[in-house]
Amino acid sequence: MAVIAKDGYVDIVRDKVENFHGNQLVHVSWDDHLLFSAAQAFPLPPEMPFQALVSEVMASVFSYHEDYEKIDWAAVKWMLDGENFTPEMDKSLKDNGVCHKSLIRFKTPGLMGINGTRL
Amino acid sequence: MPAKKLNLRKRYELLTRGMGWETTHQDMDDVFPYDSFEGIKITDWDKWEDPFRLTMDAYWKFQAEKEKKLYAVIDSFAQNNGQTNLSDASYLSAIKLFITGVTPLEYGAHRGFAHLGRHFRGDGARIACQMQAIDELRHAQTQIHTISHYNKHFNGLHDPFHQFDRVWYLSVPKSFVEDAMTAGPFEFITSISFAFEYVLTNMLFVPFMSGAAYNGDMATVTFGFSAQSDESRHMTLGLEIIKFMLEQHEDNLPIVQRWMDKHFWRAYRLLALVSAMQDYMLTNSPLSWKEAWDVYFVENGGALFEDLSRYGLKMPKYHELATAEAEHLSHQVWSVFCLLGNATGFHTFLPTEEKMDWLSEKYPNTFDKYYRPRFEHWAKQKEEGTFQYLAALPQLCQVCQIPMIFTEVETDPMQLSFRVSEYKGDKYNTCSDGCKDIFDHEPEKYAQAWLPVHQIFQGNSGGATIPEVLEWYKFAPEDGGDYIGSQDHARWQEWKGADDKVKQA
Repeated sequence: MAVIAKDGYVDIVRDKVENFHGNQLVHVSWDDHLLFSAAQAFPLPPEMPFQALVSEVMASVFSYHEDYEKIDWAAVKWMLDGENFTPEMDKSLKDNGVCHKSLIRFKTPGLMGINGTRL
Repeated sequence: MPAKKLNLRKRYELLTRGMGWETTHQDMDDVFPYDSFEGIKITDWDKWEDPFRLTMDAYWKFQAEKEKKLYAVIDSFAQNNGQTNLSDASYLSAIKLFITGVTPLEYGAHRGFAHLGRHFRGDGARIACQMQAIDELRHAQTQIHTISHYNKHFNGLHDPFHQFDRVWYLSVPKSFVEDAMTAGPFEFITSISFAFEYVLTNMLFVPFMSGAAYNGDMATVTFGFSAQSDESRHMTLGLEIIKFMLEQHEDNLPIVQRWMDKHFWRAYRLLALVSAMQDYMLTNSPLSWKEAWDVYFVENGGALFEDLSRYGLKMPKYHELATAEAEHLSHQVWSVFCLLGNATGFHTFLPTEEKMDWLSEKYPNTFDKYYRPRFEHWAKQKEEGTFQYLAALPQLCQVCQIPMIFTEVETDPMQLSFRVSEYKGDKYNTCSDGCKDIFDHEPEKYAQAWLPVHQIFQGNSGGATIPEVLEWYKFAPEDGGDYIGSQDHARWQEWKGADDKVKQA
């Protein structure tokens, strides 16, 4: 459907990737760890290796959680934009198919948050 | 013999309908260019029935009387240091959210109704909108005057209109009212007068005003009373416009139904902020969000739509979800405010033991199971000095602009609810089916959304660090953070003697 307007409608895309100074927006959510309340948003270069997303970007926020150091990264289940996927750690976000405003979810089997509360 | 006095109806007709005429030098469509493009068909504007039949001269008289009373009370409140009779200074967080989030909404409504007061073809409808435009302006002014008293004593009340255009959580009310203002006049009035004022306004005003009374805030109670008779007139206007559109032409029904669905959901998402205010920010809560929802929406709203079903209008889409969310909403919203309390213009505080017991009682199915653990965890962290605010910024919903904190309450209340749409090759994230439907219907409108988190990352919000962004918001360092240990708290202690915690009666 389309907007019903009186005259020609000015069509601006406010969050074009070009507006982010070489970055793209990436959302990351840790399943069963709702202590963070929502997925977190990061402006990241598309060339960033997936490994850097994990060990630098994600660690900067999620390492605050007591479960973080217990994560067995080999066992982590990943989802990208609603589909299961296996990231290639040495490849870039772009080459892993992560695009502007993508959502990455990760599940850490065996870790169910503080005292098993999924927080 | 003197002329017989006119009856009210006749007098109303002369003083309203007599003001309009069929233009001959100019085409009526050129004089009223905005009231047909939305597709609403009006065959006879004279069928418009204003149930209040208020004329301008009577209107001025009533309003002047109310103003006189209101300002007398405000003066005496100031002279008697009414602020010292509050239940607790932490209560003022609710007032800070109100003056920054709701008062500018009133002003937005004023602008919208002023536009309608010029552009509806029917003179009866124009007059009703002109009065409401003046009401809304008056509400904004009286709220500013009332709350300015608190500004002399407490932080965070100094620049609501500047903040309304910039602050991350205030983009929620701003985008709501601007969504309506940028639509055509019939959609605007369906949004503000019907979906918000008729169906949901009680969710804002009744709990808020009784909340003020419960917490010794007589200043707020007074402007609430002063606005109340206007509100009932506004509600009647909301009902009248819906009936009028539906009676005028059968083709109007699907359009009105879609607007109803959309603006119910928009207004309901906006009220998520009120749910947190009601359950957590008020020191003493007269009733819980869930109780208010059950009375004002499920019961009263249900009866209303029952009545409207003779026109073919159905309950708004996703109302069942809103009812299911009633047991979760306030807890989820207050959680994220506590996590981002270093970036709010009001103080945050964890619920006390007494408050948590109250919440357990009011939310027997959800509070202990899903929400108590996080507040207890944070309380323990605060005690140990290990609590940290969120180190990143949350994902925002493209439509309601609230951080995407809502969960799949009907299937798994601990699983975040994610929806996504594609438009012109880009992804657009939404928090719910309600917001996704709104996006999908008019993607070119919501692709323009000014999302605060995205604006910060684009470099349009004062800088890349939290202090720079807060300065750009005109938040002073003392405005946010924990209530305990704040300047507001210290001032309260000076007046009331030592109290080292948030109060809960």
